[in-house]
Amino acid sequence: MLQRFHKYAAPMHFHRLALALSPWLFGISALLFATGLFGGLVLAPADYQQGDSFRIIYLHVPSAWMSMFVYMVMASAGAAGLIWKVKMGDIIARAAAPLGASFTFLALATGSLWGKPMWGAWWVWDARLTSELILLFLYLGYLALQSAIEDRRAAARAGAVLAIVGVVNIPIIHYSVEWWSTLHQGATITKFDTPSIATSMLIPLLLMALAFKSFFAATLLVRARCEILAFEQHTAWVREYLRAGRPS
Amino acid sequence: MNALREFLHMGGYAVYVWSAYALGLVVLVWNVWAPLRHERQLERSLAASRSGREP
Repeated sequence: MLQRFHKYAAPMHFHRLALALSPWLFGISALLFATGLFGGLVLAPADYQQGDSFRIIYLHVPSAWMSMFVYMVMASAGAAGLIWKVKMGDIIARAAAPLGASFTFLALATGSLWGKPMWGAWWVWDARLTSELILLFLYLGYLALQSAIEDRRAAARAGAVLAIVGVVNIPIIHYSVEWWSTLHQGATITKFDTPSIATSMLIPLLLMALAFKSFFAATLLVRARCEILAFEQHTAWVREYLRAGRPS
Repeated sequence: MNALREFLHMGGYAVYVWSAYALGLVVLVWNVWAPLRHERQLERSLAASRSGREP
């Protein structure tokens, strides 16, 4: 097991694994999106308070969850690269950042489109929204660092420091609806309570969450492949790969 | 036909719901298309720079 882990911690093996896995993950994600969207947009009944506007939840909540999850992936991969000099750590962190920024943007934008009809405002400066906006700035700061520093290793190291410092924002986002009085509604789904949502509304939400997660995994692998080729462009195996093409 | 119109109407929230889903579609499609295109370009440029050095 440990040996296998070490094997895939090497960029060459990871690249081969990523080529083989990503089409499957894209397929799984497409299936989950199709069933989740059908359940959420067609089968689930309208909310008794919010009417059909609540259906934005099926994009908003999964992308908000992913915005925090991807950040933790990015920060821990960055930390592994920084502390233990794991090359795949640098690569995964750099590959995750644009995806995290996309999910954060989507969570904010869909939240805004949901806030307007429900709260009467596109935006309010409350704790949940503000801390999520700071998360977007953390991602953008990380991406700006990566493009500003020419040397990939140095850029990854600088980015890892930023990402690790920014982790403090994650519990703030999570608990913001409990710590401060806020317009944003509290958590619908928690680990320890039964969820305060009907099953026919809950199942599509979980399917969409899984769809987003497999989508993230699939696209992360594609981005990681690019990073690996760029990091390893002077090695013999990349030359051989470019010459011979993909194994079929 | 009526059912379809009702579905698209989204209980009066059509503008908000469908713009949210359109935005979601754009973000997801871009995140598939952009890295795949980048990978193709990168593979091509790396292969080209290599064959340039050793003819």
